[in-house]
Amino acid sequence: MKKNSFKAWLYLLPAIIFLGVFMLYPLIDVFVYSFEEGYNSASQTYFGTGTYNYEYVLHDPYFMQALRNTFILVIITVPLSTGFALLISLALNSIKKLRMAFQTIYFLPYVTNTLAVGLVFMILFKKTAYSDGLVNILINMFGGESVDFIDGPYWAKMFVLCFYTIWIVLPFKVLILTSALASVSDTYYKAARIDGTSRWRMFTKITLPMISPMIFYLVITGFIGAFKAYSDSVALFGTDLNAAGMNTIVGYIYDMLYGDSGGYPSYASAAAIILFVIVLTITVINLMISKKKVHY
Amino acid sequence: MKVRKHILTVLIYILLSVWAIMVIFPFYWMLLTSVKSYGSYNSEYVPEFFTLAPTFENFAEAFTAVNLAQYFLNTFIFTVITTAVMLIVIVPAAFAFSRLDFRGKNIVFTLFLALMMIPNELVIITNFQTITDMGLRNTFSGLILPSVTSVFYIYLLKENFEQIPDELYKAAKVDGTSDMKYLLKVMIPICKPTIITIVILKVIECWNSYVWPRLITDDEAYFLVSNGIQEIRENGFGRENIPAMMAAVVVISLPLIVLFIIFRKKIMEGVSRGGTKG
Repeated sequence: MKKNSFKAWLYLLPAIIFLGVFMLYPLIDVFVYSFEEGYNSASQTYFGTGTYNYEYVLHDPYFMQALRNTFILVIITVPLSTGFALLISLALNSIKKLRMAFQTIYFLPYVTNTLAVGLVFMILFKKTAYSDGLVNILINMFGGESVDFIDGPYWAKMFVLCFYTIWIVLPFKVLILTSALASVSDTYYKAARIDGTSRWRMFTKITLPMISPMIFYLVITGFIGAFKAYSDSVALFGTDLNAAGMNTIVGYIYDMLYGDSGGYPSYASAAAIILFVIVLTITVINLMISKKKVHY
Repeated sequence: MKVRKHILTVLIYILLSVWAIMVIFPFYWMLLTSVKSYGSYNSEYVPEFFTLAPTFENFAEAFTAVNLAQYFLNTFIFTVITTAVMLIVIVPAAFAFSRLDFRGKNIVFTLFLALMMIPNELVIITNFQTITDMGLRNTFSGLILPSVTSVFYIYLLKENFEQIPDELYKAAKVDGTSDMKYLLKVMIPICKPTIITIVILKVIECWNSYVWPRLITDDEAYFLVSNGIQEIRENGFGRENIPAMMAAVVVISLPLIVLFIIFRKKIMEGVSRGGTKG
């Protein structure tokens, strides 16, 4: 037994070392950082401990802007992408021909490099000296005015960001929901059909309850993912997100850590912990709601 | 009644087709733009939807004017080493949790699972400092080390290992097979599908990783494709050469799309079991 025990720890050793150095230690350290005031990364000294870093971050207009952008992004993209994914999955589930082809196509954005394809979206929406861009030309065709979606008004930029985010997250949601829908046993529908139940009633009384655990799973992971939005925004608006006014909380953390305005790990830590608290709160609320609503 | 059903079917196909076009169009557009010449692209106020005179000069430009080949090679090295080291770390760990008995197993496993809930953003700050202090900025070690463990994959593999019947292990023990040999000759071959899934998911993750490489490298010689494309966007090709930029995007996107076409079933199955994005 003792010999076996030693061997087991040996097998676990690499994983424990890596997790210890790059997960556990940083986790403790980030709290320490966030309370060390005036930390200097070059000399590794600090003046004192306290909550100044949090106060600084919460009074920083750039952070408030990042917070606002992130919340808008979350509130728009999570319900829209989940709802739309449900609609597409239901449609996919009701057809036989071409189903596999559609599923394959819909999955494509998952395997693409967010930064690279973001550039394509940028040129589709961007207004340049040479051309108004394809999207603006379409808008003009329907009698609208051209808008610069990349360097223009705030709502236009937010629209592109939300659109691109939904485009990126949809494959995962469609995949999960189609397999959830396919796993609902046919016997329920057969029984309902014999009873002459209407389509809508079948959907609300059989389909929705049966797939509700998966919907809630998607809502929870969707919230977490959207709160961590960053690379989509970089892909569309470039690395200087503060100047573009499109920064996100995660972007703020990285800017504080590194880059032109960087070198402040304490502020970055405080912002990271604020983000963590927000995400944790939302997740707990989600779980509480799902306990009441979800049928297992 | 019959007519209504037909109308519904038609509407469903229209909806599905519209979204399919929305998904494919950006890919089509990048391919199309990448084969238009610089002159013709910039002279089209209303962009043409196809071109009769495709050119490959943009691809030549993408490989000569910027270090695309270098970014590509870096990403390849990074992906291969990270995935290989990850397997060396996670396979023994999953084996220990699933097959060996030792004191404190449950506590350690629970601790591992708890770590799964820690967001990357929380630990990246200290990791940045650690790597900087170790003098590993702008090195492959600095890029690779923090991303070689994944608790989730250990968990996935452990679940799979546990499905292998105990009798096999006992029989092997009677025959005097060592644990290591049993792991390599019996468990890994049986669980190959799961291991392949994990490898594919990790490769996708590596190929697309952006945040950590951006923090840890500012020397172009160590840029990965994501950072490279950002660099190209901000400083490359002089005057906004969008066709050349799109050629670079095509080159960067291609490996994963090819991988997806080959392993379509495996990837979709793997992602629905263990992927998260968005």
